[in-house]
Amino acid sequence: MARIVFTPNIQRLVECPETEAAGGSVREVLDTVFASNPQARSYVLDDQAALRRHMTIFVDGRAIRDRVCLSDPVAAGSTVYVFQALSGG
Amino acid sequence: MNDTILVSTRKGLFWVARRNGSWKIEQADFLGDNVTLTMSDPRSGRHFAALDHGHFGVKMHRSTAKGWEEIAAPAYPPKPEGFEENDAWGRPLAWSTARIWALQAGGADEPGVIWCGTLPGGLFRSTDDGESWQMVRSLWDHPKRKQWTGGGADLPGIHSIVVDPRDSKRVWIAVSTGGIWFTDDSGASWTLRGEGMRAEYMPPELTHDPVAQDVHCLAQCPAAPHRMWVQHHNGIFVSSDEANTFTEITGVEPSAFGFPVVVHPHDPDTAWFVPEIKDEKRIPRDGRLVVTRTRDGGKSFDVLTSGLPQQHAYDVVYRHALTLDATGDRLAFGSTTGGLWISEDQGDQWSNVTCTLPPIYAVRFV
Repeated sequence: MARIVFTPNIQRLVECPETEAAGGSVREVLDTVFASNPQARSYVLDDQAALRRHMTIFVDGRAIRDRVCLSDPVAAGSTVYVFQALSGG
Repeated sequence: MNDTILVSTRKGLFWVARRNGSWKIEQADFLGDNVTLTMSDPRSGRHFAALDHGHFGVKMHRSTAKGWEEIAAPAYPPKPEGFEENDAWGRPLAWSTARIWALQAGGADEPGVIWCGTLPGGLFRSTDDGESWQMVRSLWDHPKRKQWTGGGADLPGIHSIVVDPRDSKRVWIAVSTGGIWFTDDSGASWTLRGEGMRAEYMPPELTHDPVAQDVHCLAQCPAAPHRMWVQHHNGIFVSSDEANTFTEITGVEPSAFGFPVVVHPHDPDTAWFVPEIKDEKRIPRDGRLVVTRTRDGGKSFDVLTSGLPQQHAYDVVYRHALTLDATGDRLAFGSTTGGLWISEDQGDQWSNVTCTLPPIYAVRFV
């Protein structure tokens, strides 16, 4: 099981508690998380299920490379951080 | 008379109400968040609010007795695998809702039907009060849709939706940039309208092409639906045949450039505009904020200034930020610099409600 942590900034809009999920890739892990929290899905992924432009995901401290298919591997015991850039005025 | 106004701003949604003869901000919702548009459905009494959370995407909320609830936002269908589509600038076109730019209740005879226009050009229809949305594929898949381009925004978008008061199956939409489109079968099929509009900034062979027209706003007179007014990137145009053909209105002072237009509900010859200098200089001329009004179908215009700032005003009024109530007497508009003005007498006299709101995107009577 991987540990999934969401940015605090998303919590104001949609509740995304830290959780654990099974899966061998970022896609599989997120699918598991969003199956039980469907409202959160569109806050992280766009209409084509790619990572939103200003979102980023780290797996064990490394930014994922595949933002479209989310194929980066996740190991049992990995920590997946879902973050966003903060910008604007 | 409508006594409540919803003001959508960069930093929240504000309820402005008339009490004892004066207008006050009574409530703020979604404070700090970007509210881009609202729609109040006269059939259900429900309000709809479109939000753009930037990083977290575009969302839709609907009013309930207990407050707002998030409902489904229009979402684009999966792009077919291997399908490549570029915009007019050669960049990949994302099939993803980038902005909700039009919300329109369906006819009185079709409760629950709501139309929604978006960037990058998808039209959506709900039949269940916004619980779910279906993309209108007949328009999205139309070959000429690929000729739509971004105007002021990078992406093309549907900003105006007009439902025929005589027949709810008949709907017009307007696109920036992509002309005016019409359906008479609730969206099953579409035809391009708008002969006579002119885009002088386009190459000569495209100047009069209906699909090349950058319509900023399309408005119909409910009592005389054949009459439609357009504020266009190139100026003001009027149609007397349901947007089949248009005539350009020229010689408008201080300018024919702007974004919004509203039409009197009973008098098709009376319409209001908020002019800016011109497309490459989008500020009021000489720092004087004015509203222009015609009462004779565009033959002449009144320049309305009473109560509006006439020195160093650089307010821009977006296409959804000028509104008219059901009587045709009361107008309201809001600006990019956070000013909100209301008139009780068709624009002869304006009163300022506030100058300190965040940038205003839309103003709507409830």
